[in-house]
Amino acid sequence: MRSLPIILAPDDIRRAVARIAHEIVERDRDLPALSLVGIRARGDLIAARLQQAIRVNEGVDLPLGSLDITLYRDDLTRIGHAPVVRESVIPFSVDDRIVVLVDDVLFTGRTIRAAMDALVDYGRPRAIRLAVLIDRGHRELPIRADYVGKNVPTAVADDVRVQLVEAGGTDEVELVHARVAV
Amino acid sequence: MTWHRRHVLSTDDWSRAEIDLVLDTTSAMVEVLGRPIRRTPVLRGRTVILFFAEASTRTRVSFELAAKALSADVTNITASGSSVEKGETLLDTVRTLTALGGDVIVMRHPASGAPYFVADRTDAAVINAGDGWHAHPTQGLLDAYTLRAALGDLSGRRIVIVGDITHSRVARSDIDALVPLGATVTLSGPPTLVPSAWRCGMTPRGTTYEPDLDRALDGADAVIALRLQTERQHAGLLPSIREYAHTWGLTEERVARMRPDAPVLHPGPMNEGVEIAASVAHGARSLIERQVTNGVAVRMALLYLLAGTPEQRE
Repeated sequence: MRSLPIILAPDDIRRAVARIAHEIVERDRDLPALSLVGIRARGDLIAARLQQAIRVNEGVDLPLGSLDITLYRDDLTRIGHAPVVRESVIPFSVDDRIVVLVDDVLFTGRTIRAAMDALVDYGRPRAIRLAVLIDRGHRELPIRADYVGKNVPTAVADDVRVQLVEAGGTDEVELVHARVAV
Repeated sequence: MTWHRRHVLSTDDWSRAEIDLVLDTTSAMVEVLGRPIRRTPVLRGRTVILFFAEASTRTRVSFELAAKALSADVTNITASGSSVEKGETLLDTVRTLTALGGDVIVMRHPASGAPYFVADRTDAAVINAGDGWHAHPTQGLLDAYTLRAALGDLSGRRIVIVGDITHSRVARSDIDALVPLGATVTLSGPPTLVPSAWRCGMTPRGTTYEPDLDRALDGADAVIALRLQTERQHAGLLPSIREYAHTWGLTEERVARMRPDAPVLHPGPMNEGVEIAASVAHGARSLIERQVTNGVAVRMALLYLLAGTPEQRE
């Protein structure tokens, strides 16, 4: 078995999160209006790290939420079974806030479309931004990220595997090429 | 755990994992109902037919709100005012409902087993909303959800069900949902309204019969009062309604025998002053309104899970 190419090692992930945390605050200086919403599962973990980084840098705790987008997916009829729905937790009003959506990998853009639809059911944000750890291309919808940890050229059939300590792994992002994938 | 059922007819053969999946999905639906916009697009383009051949307010409205909160189209058919009154058979009604393109048929029927008959003869998913004395699975699941939300893990908890056990589909479905979650159930009620085998000790797994309500309530973790159908008196099963209220009614004194803060449930509609005192029904222990709210979320969970079942419509 060939060893898999590591796109991001633990230090790379730490630096990417730290940089995005700075970029978020640089762009929207109105700290009291900012909030973070991570897309389950994994985007919420990265959102929590961004919250921590901003706390260290700015001494401010941004409101943090997590969003499950299952009920907004457009492929329920295609995948054949109902995926498990988990609870979304948005413990603040999104009205007139700047909401930074956070996900691990940006691919077709369909997840983000679903997340935006879900988010506006909670109110009317002043703005929605998008932060992702990896942008792997192949968009199927007109969506782009405002903050990107790393752009990675991939083939459509490749798999990008994100592991995080909080989810029981080590911090690591691997690119699994289609011909290697089992 | 992946959902694989095509219908929800009874929960008598459900595993704990299936019940847990429904209750966990229900938690997510409760959150949806708390949003400023209580609607998600997941069942867009699906049709849910509510076929109620027996009176119902809260169950029918609950299913209707659940289907609408998931963006399904909803059509109501009641026995009165439909072709059923003109003598149409159940089989013909089902053929019509299927031909009309219903994806899910939610049905209530006075004949025990009717939903099974329908499920065998339609491509649609069938949800039993109460059939005769047999089962009312969504009520059992919503009671289990309500109790789990109030008490936490139900293992080792003792729940009392009091009232007309024999004629109660709610009692059967409560037992089916609560026992797999680890709870034990103490049944109590007039001997004339408890199945004779149960009275003689042959009760379902996880349950016991206690003819003395005060003893049943001592130290219990919760109580579910059943609706007394007052026509039972005319059948000679009860001396009088006052006698029933005196011996089997939940009063403040009686519920105080349970653990502190042990909750009180009732599937509704209530006969206040008969099976439950008004002060208990509207008191601090009462979860009766919570049951109504949770009922919508449980039904959303089931409609969602059934919509994803692959072989549903070939």
